[in-house]
Amino acid sequence: MIRTEEITFRIGTFQLLRLSINIAKGEYFILLGPPGSGKTVFLECLCGLKKIDSGRVYIDGHQVTNLEPRARSIGYVPQDYALFPHLSVERNIAFGLRVRGNKDKEIEAKITETAELLDVQRLLRRRIHGLSGGEQQRVALARALVLQPKILLLDEPVCALDEVTRQEVCAQLLNIQRRLGLTTIHVSHNLEEAFTVADRAAILNDGILQQVGSLDELLRKPNSKFVARFMRREKNLVYRCNRQGCPEPEQPRKGR
Amino acid sequence: MKTVMDIPVRGWRDRVFSAAAFFFVSVFIIFVLTLIITDVFYVDRKAVTTILASKFIRHALWMSIWTSCATTLIALLFAVPMGYSLSRFRFPGHILADAIVDLPIVFPPLVAGLTLLVFFSQTSPGRWIQEDLGIEFVFQPKGIVLCQFVAAASFAIRSAKTAFDDVDRRYENVALTLGCTQWGSFRRVCLPLARNGIIAGGILTWSRAFGLFGPLMIFVGSFRGRTEVLSTTIFLEQSVGNLEVALAIALLLIVVALIAVTGIRLVGGSVMVKR
Repeated sequence: MIRTEEITFRIGTFQLLRLSINIAKGEYFILLGPPGSGKTVFLECLCGLKKIDSGRVYIDGHQVTNLEPRARSIGYVPQDYALFPHLSVERNIAFGLRVRGNKDKEIEAKITETAELLDVQRLLRRRIHGLSGGEQQRVALARALVLQPKILLLDEPVCALDEVTRQEVCAQLLNIQRRLGLTTIHVSHNLEEAFTVADRAAILNDGILQQVGSLDELLRKPNSKFVARFMRREKNLVYRCNRQGCPEPEQPRKGR
Repeated sequence: MKTVMDIPVRGWRDRVFSAAAFFFVSVFIIFVLTLIITDVFYVDRKAVTTILASKFIRHALWMSIWTSCATTLIALLFAVPMGYSLSRFRFPGHILADAIVDLPIVFPPLVAGLTLLVFFSQTSPGRWIQEDLGIEFVFQPKGIVLCQFVAAASFAIRSAKTAFDDVDRRYENVALTLGCTQWGSFRRVCLPLARNGIIAGGILTWSRAFGLFGPLMIFVGSFRGRTEVLSTTIFLEQSVGNLEVALAIALLLIVVALIAVTGIRLVGGSVMVKR
């Protein structure tokens, strides 16, 4: 569904280096990594908000590397949601539909449908200021989903929420993703989130993809000390390596 | 909008803090009002009737209003794209460009008038504009607008840039993914979010243009019924000893400025509430 081929992007001293990922249709994929590892930059490259230096991006088999963000059919929910504070909740959700020239009746119907899906009907007349973190998150999701994108990109969607709400929202995200069969890439630095939602995960560090696989694989067979440490299984890896006489895993690069 | 009075006062330290903040507000307002009241007491009824009856002073008032409004509109026309470019784009020499924007603010006003006069009367590009293109500025009403623009546009540009700086780029990024072109994201998201800062820049520009005096005396002079504006009239009246008339005109200028600035703030305030 979405595939990247060796994409490279440089900004200042940081670079995403030859990043290749293949995510299947309907998959809930989580991209893990410490802060500053390049997760958000990677999402922005997928959206077309950053022009990559080399490599290719495919969506649904079509190359979109040089397409503008609006032509990629991607729903993007950035960190802190970036809801437009000068518009009401309803106008935030309707924003994309209005920009794309939908008729008022169509807009109304789609808003009603999406608001019901995300349980934000009672918020429609409200202003953005004064919404709780969870409410903002649902409105931002509604704004992205109302356009029926092929892919949903979520940048740290629950990091601003408290522990209890985080669990609830993760469960809700997974529920919606399953109902819509939507290919989703969720970026996080939190391992618990991954265990709640992900089909598969990748670990990114310092702009380099360390390992891709199911969470079980990442847990049982980390391919480097960094992955093992990230999965909190460092001791097991060292133990296994020492017993089997395998070479010491590569030292992780210095974090940015 | 939050005010000092909206902050809940709890302990005595908070009360002292609020009182101190309010003290400075009071001192400044009382000082300005005292100056105005002094003028009111100095001016006699005869001076007021003289200025209200004079068609030249009515003309100067009208000139002051329309030229400062025209200047503000032209300044905003430049300020919005310039503020956005300086805020969002990095190009070779952008730091220098940013500094040049502030230059007219630190120019002594007389220098601005002299520079304009030298450019239009002593250089070939200036003479070409005036003589060949036929767009005359020196000692012409159009020159008033040009002078005011040079002296005041920087306020609008600086305010617009600061306003755009304060708009998080992520809003525009989201708008791009939702279907906007770059122009669309600017128009639908960035501009409305920067609106209050731009309005504030407009108020500063208008105020500066409305009260401008020095460069106008040099570049366009103060011809009765032609290039005379209120600020230059005040100078002319006091230079011939009509101090009461000069002060009466000054009061007129203050009243008009107060109405205009308050009006724009009220409109700006209602715009903000609608958002």
